[in-house]
Amino acid sequence: MLRYFIKRLGGAIPTLFIIVTLSFLLVRIAPGGPFDEEKSLPPEILANLEAAYGLDQPLWVQYGRYLRALLHGDFGPSFRYKDFTVTELIGEGLPVTAQIGIAALSLALALGLGIGVTAALRQNRAADHTFMTLVGAGIAVPSFVVLPLLGLVFGIYVHWLPVAGWQPGSVRHLILPVVALTLAPLAYVARLTRASLLEVMQRPFIRTAFSKGLPLRTVLLRHALRPALIPVAGYLAPAVASIMTGSLVVESIAGLPGVGRYLVQGALNRDYTLVLGMVILYSAILIGMGLVVDLLYVWLDPRVRYER
Amino acid sequence: MGSLRGDVGRGLLANAGARVSLGVVAALAVLAVIGPWLNPNGAQTLDWSRVAAHPALAHAHWFGTDRLGRDLFVRTLEGARVSMMVGLVAGMVSLSLGLLYGAVAGYAGGRTDDVMMRTIEIIGGLPLIFFVIFLTVVFGRNEYLLFVSIGAIGWLTLARIVRGQALSIRRQAYIEAAIATGAGSVRIIRKHVLPNVIGPVIVYATLAIPQIILLESFLSFLGLGIREPRASLGTLIAEGAGEMEAAPWILLAPGLFLTLLLLSLGVFGDRLRDSLEPGARR
Amino acid sequence: MTADSTVPPTLRTQELRVEYPIDGGTVAAVRDVSLGVAANECLGVVGESGSGKTQLFMAVMGLLPPKARIAGSVTFESEEILGLRPQALNRVRGSRLTMVFQDPMSSLTPHLKIGVQLAEVLVHHRGMSWRDAELAAHRALDRVRIPDPQRRLRQYPHELSGGMRQRVMIGMSLLCEPSLLIADEPTSALDVSVQARILELLSEVRAETGVSIVLISHDIAVVACLADRIAVMYAGRIVESAPTAQLVRGARHPYTALLLQCVSDLREARSARMPFIAGQAPGASEPEHGCAFAPRCPRSTQRCAAERPQLKLVGLAAQVACHHPLA
Repeated sequence: MLRYFIKRLGGAIPTLFIIVTLSFLLVRIAPGGPFDEEKSLPPEILANLEAAYGLDQPLWVQYGRYLRALLHGDFGPSFRYKDFTVTELIGEGLPVTAQIGIAALSLALALGLGIGVTAALRQNRAADHTFMTLVGAGIAVPSFVVLPLLGLVFGIYVHWLPVAGWQPGSVRHLILPVVALTLAPLAYVARLTRASLLEVMQRPFIRTAFSKGLPLRTVLLRHALRPALIPVAGYLAPAVASIMTGSLVVESIAGLPGVGRYLVQGALNRDYTLVLGMVILYSAILIGMGLVVDLLYVWLDPRVRYER
Repeated sequence: MGSLRGDVGRGLLANAGARVSLGVVAALAVLAVIGPWLNPNGAQTLDWSRVAAHPALAHAHWFGTDRLGRDLFVRTLEGARVSMMVGLVAGMVSLSLGLLYGAVAGYAGGRTDDVMMRTIEIIGGLPLIFFVIFLTVVFGRNEYLLFVSIGAIGWLTLARIVRGQALSIRRQAYIEAAIATGAGSVRIIRKHVLPNVIGPVIVYATLAIPQIILLESFLSFLGLGIREPRASLGTLIAEGAGEMEAAPWILLAPGLFLTLLLLSLGVFGDRLRDSLEPGARR
Repeated sequence: MTADSTVPPTLRTQELRVEYPIDGGTVAAVRDVSLGVAANECLGVVGESGSGKTQLFMAVMGLLPPKARIAGSVTFESEEILGLRPQALNRVRGSRLTMVFQDPMSSLTPHLKIGVQLAEVLVHHRGMSWRDAELAAHRALDRVRIPDPQRRLRQYPHELSGGMRQRVMIGMSLLCEPSLLIADEPTSALDVSVQARILELLSEVRAETGVSIVLISHDIAVVACLADRIAVMYAGRIVESAPTAQLVRGARHPYTALLLQCVSDLREARSARMPFIAGQAPGASEPEHGCAFAPRCPRSTQRCAAERPQLKLVGLAAQVACHHPLA
């Protein structure tokens, strides 16, 4: 168990290291420096600026410095928000993004599982077809179309919820963004759960469970559900990626001060360090998610421990 | 193979969902190509007498106008044309990369295969969209780069499929016979492996295209993709989202077009896959 | 059909028929099978794959997929159980009437510990607490001669060998003291040496508990070790049924004779377990013309192709469906 986890961890760390290295090099080999757009800078000020950011040092020194700082959670200064470090910006935005992201993920899992199980139990009946049609639509409609439409209906026409904006502690401001973020992963989870449950229900051990005289409910929940969740667990990391991606547009549309909006601003302003920091952060979150999924697999299927 | 394709085609056309979705995709594509000529307005023509006008048949702005008085019917269709072009071009990039990578890995087998597949696994675990954003930051916004970087995301699944197929084909007797007669690797890949993987490849390319279109719209929406004066569905939706309170139709026209396009492409891809691999349906 | 007709049989099927709809028509997997299993009797059911032997007893257990069309009657302990609602069927199934399946590798739930899978039967049928049920599960493993039951209860199925898993399956099926145990190819997936021990176990269990057993196999030699009586199935029908000794000594149906011939041919070369008979059984979708075995039968005549032979009593305890039975 512990060995299995250490082995997985051993795979994750080099991956992250490669990402950091490649991203760092990409920034440095890019055509033009970060201060190119500020054309009127006299050479001595430019030199001072570069010295201040350590850009006058040889590449490997810069790299070593960046790595060392990273290990202390320091992503370096932002090139555009001059008074802030990237770490400060992330620290400010991450709680907001995490809040809506975790809410969306939990909703997507809870509702998606419920819908998937219901549809599988009513295979090819009206409820199944209705759910699966809605699910197909849920996958197709992008969050940046859904959120404005939701805003139009619930914010502008019926005035139930605020269209955009942010007040610390206000849940009402988060409802529409969370709903918009939830739909696509919810639809995927529902579809995966249904397909996987239908497949598991064909396996021999399910026949054994029925032959023991257990009621459908017990067979389903105790015997079928856990193996059926394996593909759903595999989708967890992509779901997190989808929500992180969605949060970029959702935060921009709804005006939420999360990291997604900083990233978009940073990208538009060519704020190298900010975007680099965000890419590393998001990669680390996703790799971490992968580890969580590996642990989940062990619980879902005890054989995993021995096989890998 | 010929008869298989025939069966798939017949099975597909017997399926109402497949017929309808294919019809909708075709109709949207035709509309995107010839639509703008159906309307008297040009895409960049500013009609200052009707700024942000309602959709109405009376003034020839069937979907209304935007805040600069540009006709939304024409703009939506031109945007759709750009989006579909990106989908096709980036789709081709994905297809070529996936085919090449998968065929080589599957054909080579052994350690090369292990390393290549492990690489795919690692890349697949990354937040690729952020890398695309990252690339646009580093290299500046450039539409060719956009095509390539979006295309570079979609090839992973394809490469896996092609590799699996290539691996099984390689083990078959006639390939071994071809090797025995001294046929070179390139020739074998081109003559035997590629033709045999074409079915699944078409399916997964069909499934990849809506994702590519979505990704392009997403980047354009954020202002990181297609830029003024060109427009794609994403930039139009971004414009619309800003004007939603006063003129919701600016959002609705491109929003509905994109949704319909993605939905019908998605349904068609699913049905195509079902008819090729009946096992996947359950 | 039973030796003593005054005692009602534990299980009786009458004119049991299983059909599946298939574009336009239907295929029949089981065709009008009537048989009985007496108390403490062991009935062997033999036939090649596709003969309908498994389908027959899956129908008895109510385990066929919903699309299967089942007609006829199944009485278990004098109660009609065919067409019972799942809730009512589940009172019998798993307690008085149990089944052991062919492949012990895939027939146990992989993510549940052995203890849980055993205990849940008692929790469900007897309303026991999980704690008491686990103690009973411990005794059940003892009964099927599994050493160190305490440890086994805490293990997952994949940590057990195939033979051990089949012992667990048998122990599980005996938890509620069933009156009938259906064992569908219980040894086919196991090594030859393990096979013998599982058969031994079934025989001991029967002696100890008085349970009736239906032993299904494609291998007449396996069945003959244990069964009091053997029913031979071909193309969905019983073609011969007789006490084991009588059947082995002198089969009346040419098909049975060929099956026995194969066994003695293979006695030296024991690697191939499947008896080989030239030709192929008719597909279940083909309409019946005469005797289904006629095309492969060395004794067939024109009559066999035209008229289907009925199952007729021969002597005191045997039945055969053949126009030209062997003497």
